[in-house]
Amino acid sequence: MSDDPVLFMDVRIAIEAFELTVEHELPLTGVTALFGHSGSGKTTLLRVFAGLERGAKGRVAFNGEVWQKTSPDPFFLPPEQRAVGYVFQDARLFPHLTVAGNLAFAEQRASGRGHPIKRDAVVARFGLEPLLARNPTTLSGGERQRVAIARALVTRPRLLLMDEPLSALDARRRAEILPYIARLPAEFGVPVIYVTHAVDEVAYLADSMIVLSEGRKVADGPVAETLARLDLGPATGRFEAGVVLEASVARHDKAFRLTELALGHAALFVPLIDAPAGTAVRLRVRARDVALAIRRPEEISSRNILEGRILEIVEEPETAFAETLLDVDGGRIRARVTRQAVSDLQLTVGAKVFAVIKSISLAGGVSTLVAAADGDV
Amino acid sequence: MPELGPVLLTLALASITTLLLLIIGTPLAWWLAYTRSRFKPVIEAVTALPLVLPPTVLGFYLLVLFSPNASLGSFWVTVTGTTLAFSFTGLVLASIVYSLPFMVQPLQTAFEAVGREPLEAAATLGASPRDAFFTVAAPMATRGFITASVLTFAHTIGEFGVVLMVGGNIPGRTKVISIAIYEHVETLNYAEAHTLSAGLLIFSFAVLLAIYALNRRAPLHVG
Repeated sequence: MSDDPVLFMDVRIAIEAFELTVEHELPLTGVTALFGHSGSGKTTLLRVFAGLERGAKGRVAFNGEVWQKTSPDPFFLPPEQRAVGYVFQDARLFPHLTVAGNLAFAEQRASGRGHPIKRDAVVARFGLEPLLARNPTTLSGGERQRVAIARALVTRPRLLLMDEPLSALDARRRAEILPYIARLPAEFGVPVIYVTHAVDEVAYLADSMIVLSEGRKVADGPVAETLARLDLGPATGRFEAGVVLEASVARHDKAFRLTELALGHAALFVPLIDAPAGTAVRLRVRARDVALAIRRPEEISSRNILEGRILEIVEEPETAFAETLLDVDGGRIRARVTRQAVSDLQLTVGAKVFAVIKSISLAGGVSTLVAAADGDV
Repeated sequence: MPELGPVLLTLALASITTLLLLIIGTPLAWWLAYTRSRFKPVIEAVTALPLVLPPTVLGFYLLVLFSPNASLGSFWVTVTGTTLAFSFTGLVLASIVYSLPFMVQPLQTAFEAVGREPLEAAATLGASPRDAFFTVAAPMATRGFITASVLTFAHTIGEFGVVLMVGGNIPGRTKVISIAIYEHVETLNYAEAHTLSAGLLIFSFAVLLAIYALNRRAPLHVG
């Protein structure tokens, strides 16, 4: 869409020994992940967008509206005039007000510049009705974050900034709240910038991503493409590294409780999911869950074997491993194998291989999130 | 029946001092709680001085400052036609200096406990700094305000040395309870001294008890 807002940044900020320098023009559609390890500067950058870092130098502009600049004429638009919502890692609900009071605080100060979000719609969407009279200090972590997201929405923000809102929650609570966040742009008409260090959250939520490492932007682009890049190495994580694939539900096998997914012309099997045929699903396949074979393995328990060609091999001389990128029908897959295997199997760029996928997780697109399959298919 | 003059005068002095210190002390405590200025320790030390200085030292310098020969004293005479020394206004000024740490320190602690976080949250919700002070920081620091006000009020009631130096002993103008007690003892009027002393003792105990009881309770909630 051409009328999507654009966030322009050319910022430098030094906090003690740490220095962040990022120049980027970010089209705001759906959810953009700001991804990096702790200390990469992602939270600092988000705070710059919100106007919470007055020491930031350079320029930030939203759709041509300058939010701050240090030259030629220094200008700083304070956070309360940016019409931006912010969800903090620690929720930061006001303890002297009830949940309803917290929402009213935000509603009374709503900018009116964003999508006309109704308080009642937000309360209903986040199931806050039973919590309205409660004091925030009596809420659970998950409830607190739901209220914090709702509170940010009723200010009618033009942009919603979220700083690892789920990091303090256990896997179950995270899985409960993730679908709410994924649907915010479509449901409430607000683009989201989401800070996280969790690849599974990126895979589930985001359409595009920016990867930060040590205060620098090292990559940006659509999630599927960026996660498939091998050159980012540690920036996208080794243990959690993997790709995102777009597939669709083909049919269900009720007897074996499996669902067959179509990826290009290939078939993949996952434990039965609750979605009609044709539903688009997003899959996440971790590099360490993929093994490679020269010939199609037979008499093997793994159901998911894809034929492909090697596009890239990056050996890590300091470890036992090599990262490989494969072109398969319908997408790209990363496989993390030993360097010894690369040598023994004589794997080279262009070689035909079979990828044996030991585990697939559904990353989004279906109403019930299966965080991870209980067994590998 | 004890003489009511000194009692009423003392209550008036303590009330006015507390009110004025709320107005002066709040921004000062706010600044001390949130500033990153390197002058913060200097200002903190100056604010705490009245805690450690003998009241006579403080009173002496204030008296010097109030003298019609000094700049402040002569300015006051020019503007109002009266002197600051040995006047009720002079007592109020002296009490403000004397009780300053009792207002500023509890408030500073309360603001530091509130922290920057809720204020940042308020800003992202569209609240200006002034709005955030009145609707977030002040309500969250309610107990700090109560503690500071009560301590300031009680401390002003109990002052003696500064009053003696700056105010003297003029009935209806500067003769507060502590001075009255001193005078009763000097004239061997022990019965009157007892009445006033016991009153002050009970009052002080009640105030401290109220504060400690308040501090034991769960944080205040409103709204």
